[in-house]
Amino acid sequence: MTHITVTVDGARYADDVEPRMLLVHYLREVVGKTGTPIGCDTSNCGACTVLMNGESVKSCAVLAVQADGADITTIEGLANGELHPLQRAFHEMHALQCGYCTPGMIIAAADLLRDNPHPTEREVREGLEGNLCRCTGYENIVRAVQRAAEAGATS
Amino acid sequence: MTAPTVAHPAELGRARLRKEDARLITGQTNWTDNIVLPGLLHMAFLRSPHAHARITSVNVSAARQLPGVIAAYSGADFADEQGSLPCAWPVTPDIVIPAHPPMAVDEVRYVGEAVAVVVARNRYEAADAIEAIEVDYEPLPPVLDIRTALDEDSPKVHEAGNKSFEWVFGNGDIDAAFSGAPVVVERTYRQQRLIPSAMEPRAVVAASTGDEVTLWSSTQIPHVLRVMLALVTGIPEQNIRVIAPDVGGGFGSKLQVTAEEVLAVLITRKLGRPVKWTESRSEGNMTTHHGRDQWQRIRIAADSDGRIRGLDVDLLADMGAYLMLVTPGIPLLGAFMFNGIYKMDALAFKCTGVFTTKMPTDAYRGAGRPEATFAIERTIDELAVELGLEPLELRARNWIAHEEFPYTTIAGLTYDSGNYEAATAKAKELFRYDELRQEQAERNARNDPVRLGIGISTFTEMCGLAPSRVLGSLSYGAGGWESASIRMLPTGKVEVVTGSSAHGQGHETAWSQIVADQLGVPFEDIRVLHGDTQVSPKGMDTYGSRSLAVGGMALVGACDKVIEKARVIAAGMIEASADDLEWTAGRFSVRGDPEKAVTIGEIALAAFAAHNLPEGVEPSLDSDHTYDPDNFSFPHGTHLCATEIDTETGMVTIRSYVAVDDVGKVVNPLIVEGQVHGGIAQGIAQALYEEGVYDDAGNLVTTTLADYLVPSAADLPSYVTSRTESPSDNRLGVKGVGEAGTIASTPAVVNAIIDALRPLGVSDVIMPCTPERVWRAIQSAQQSGATS
Repeated sequence: MTHITVTVDGARYADDVEPRMLLVHYLREVVGKTGTPIGCDTSNCGACTVLMNGESVKSCAVLAVQADGADITTIEGLANGELHPLQRAFHEMHALQCGYCTPGMIIAAADLLRDNPHPTEREVREGLEGNLCRCTGYENIVRAVQRAAEAGATS
Repeated sequence: MTAPTVAHPAELGRARLRKEDARLITGQTNWTDNIVLPGLLHMAFLRSPHAHARITSVNVSAARQLPGVIAAYSGADFADEQGSLPCAWPVTPDIVIPAHPPMAVDEVRYVGEAVAVVVARNRYEAADAIEAIEVDYEPLPPVLDIRTALDEDSPKVHEAGNKSFEWVFGNGDIDAAFSGAPVVVERTYRQQRLIPSAMEPRAVVAASTGDEVTLWSSTQIPHVLRVMLALVTGIPEQNIRVIAPDVGGGFGSKLQVTAEEVLAVLITRKLGRPVKWTESRSEGNMTTHHGRDQWQRIRIAADSDGRIRGLDVDLLADMGAYLMLVTPGIPLLGAFMFNGIYKMDALAFKCTGVFTTKMPTDAYRGAGRPEATFAIERTIDELAVELGLEPLELRARNWIAHEEFPYTTIAGLTYDSGNYEAATAKAKELFRYDELRQEQAERNARNDPVRLGIGISTFTEMCGLAPSRVLGSLSYGAGGWESASIRMLPTGKVEVVTGSSAHGQGHETAWSQIVADQLGVPFEDIRVLHGDTQVSPKGMDTYGSRSLAVGGMALVGACDKVIEKARVIAAGMIEASADDLEWTAGRFSVRGDPEKAVTIGEIALAAFAAHNLPEGVEPSLDSDHTYDPDNFSFPHGTHLCATEIDTETGMVTIRSYVAVDDVGKVVNPLIVEGQVHGGIAQGIAQALYEEGVYDDAGNLVTTTLADYLVPSAADLPSYVTSRTESPSDNRLGVKGVGEAGTIASTPAVVNAIIDALRPLGVSDVIMPCTPERVWRAIQSAQQSGATS
């Protein structure tokens, strides 16, 4: 067991974890942040994307011990009293159906807009290449990200 | 008595934002894998590494000794109680339905078949313990190709042989249609094996208390599953509760009764503790049922002016190792669709279901109809070339003209409505069809190394499954009705209970819109409940684009019953004759005296208090309704795809995609458009990217999303969508939209690829049309052209 201290969505946690424990299992099963789902085991789908120290990571490809001392933001911590502009844009543009990919997609889009506040359609598509959606055909996801960009969702 | 007017705009056709989104965009979801119960244990399965083998011994005793392990079982441990996974669609009287134990006992028949299970305190300990189980196998030869599986000398998957059934169907004189026909075209098409790949992997949680057992499952079919669990396990149906919490997509893959569901129920009862199992993606690719996998031999006969005389279809369909819930019925759902939108004198159809040592196939978005639509739309293009006709012109010469509806097709279905001319005209305009044809001619003339192709798909499909009598005539084991209940609450709010079990379709929103219109209550005042057999006891669940056309109509019937009863109560409240009351916008008023009125909310309160109800009227203003449709519904549309193909690399790029769909009346255009987008993407994925591949030993090699290429945003184009509207015969005028895009888009894309390459001598590319396959097709055409 290894002792780690992690901040998740603004709250601090200190836990002893097995060195092999994945960050996503730590978030879901130890911290109870089940808003971040798991869609694959090879870091291809991106459903489990969270922000680690402000940068998007696939939390199935990070060990909990690697997050020692880190500041993690999940979909549950993105809204700040009111919906994050990306959350609002996903709702308004009907950018989700089953919603399983949505947490990872929104977090990945937040990271994308931080790097590139006004992406073209092509840049959005390529920027979200690591996040798979089976329902929407991506059309409305792309529209939502561009709408959030117009609304200045860079944080 | 005066009553405030309930003012609300008509909901039908309104682009309401979804009620579901609030929890989904904030992570406040209730996926099955999120569920934690006191004392919860985790299951892990040991699975066969062999495509086909005899099990000579399974030793779980070392696994049982490991820390945190509560139990470990082999298939033999459950041999007496696990029953056989059900097939509810015995399509012929002599169909071979092999026993399908949830855990293999004597023999394994595909890679991934469950052989043993471990139950441990957490998922890591369960995974460790799996490694400690010892199994001895005696390998048997795999059976991997349905084209040779029926040969005399082929190894056998089951003792009874590799043929499950042969189903034949036809109408008209097929021999007359072909004999002396000026033109006959014959083609063979491959429908590759697909892996549905819902983003949420399958997951189950089971808990038992006394006699009762509750199963939470990521399923499309909580109601069907409950019945089937009772039949398979012998647990009395009234003691089983099935809950489908938030479900992250299905596409047919969760229209199933699975080994893991059955074993979770048996194990929680055995241990008296709740258990959970969540598949990994690799496990899911191996063991969540696959789709498609057919070889199609198509012959079409036509007159020299292009009029179609007859169509002869001969299918080989890969069942995989066992028949699961509706495995053998899937190709038959396509049997009635090979004629598409076209008139003809005769149709002959034969399907042979063949066993192989692979994961069973079953429903996948479109289920039989994409295969049929691909075959006819590809064949029509080939016939057009043979006849020297423009492919849209050939279609127009054969399709059912809009004034001919209702029209009974050669397959015996009565298409109630449609307008193929209107959808095609609109699609051509949006696509700039004539300009693109011009550009194509110019590029062909100058031997442009990047070729332009134009693909057409003028499709229809049968959905809204289904009239129960039709399902009965096809030997399906259940009906096709749907149920709905309305609960008028004392405060005037409304609970809507539906038997349709949504997993991304947006029922909570669309159902609210329908009920708001019917009952004249605000959209916001309605809550839709579904997916729990204790809350919604009756239902046939969600698949086959049936929810709106069947479940939506059940809602309308339930609302009618509320209004009917409300009229009697209102008459008592206003002291008027029920016959003198008018129902408008959520209130009854006296004809000619609109100030004398009561709202539905006031009536609900009166029905709740029950102080002064008219003689013989029971308290409460609730209703139940079950709706069985008279007919399928027949969405149609015209999809046009432009591809650019780099002939030097074989790379295919979709330059533009136009979809004009006619799904009848639309409840929520936002949801409809989203379904079309997602459907098109899945059809494009079949055309260009996805294939479930087994190697020569029968190992699945596409076990991850790095090998099985579910496309990303960067791989797909933007779509132009539009609609025409031919209302269907039901009262809402609605059809279905869940599968239309997938059915339409695959042939549109492949027709575009062939259209681009035909000047180079290419007349087919097997799907998925990868750069390598396209490049090889060009090379091979050029070489054979050079030698001929």
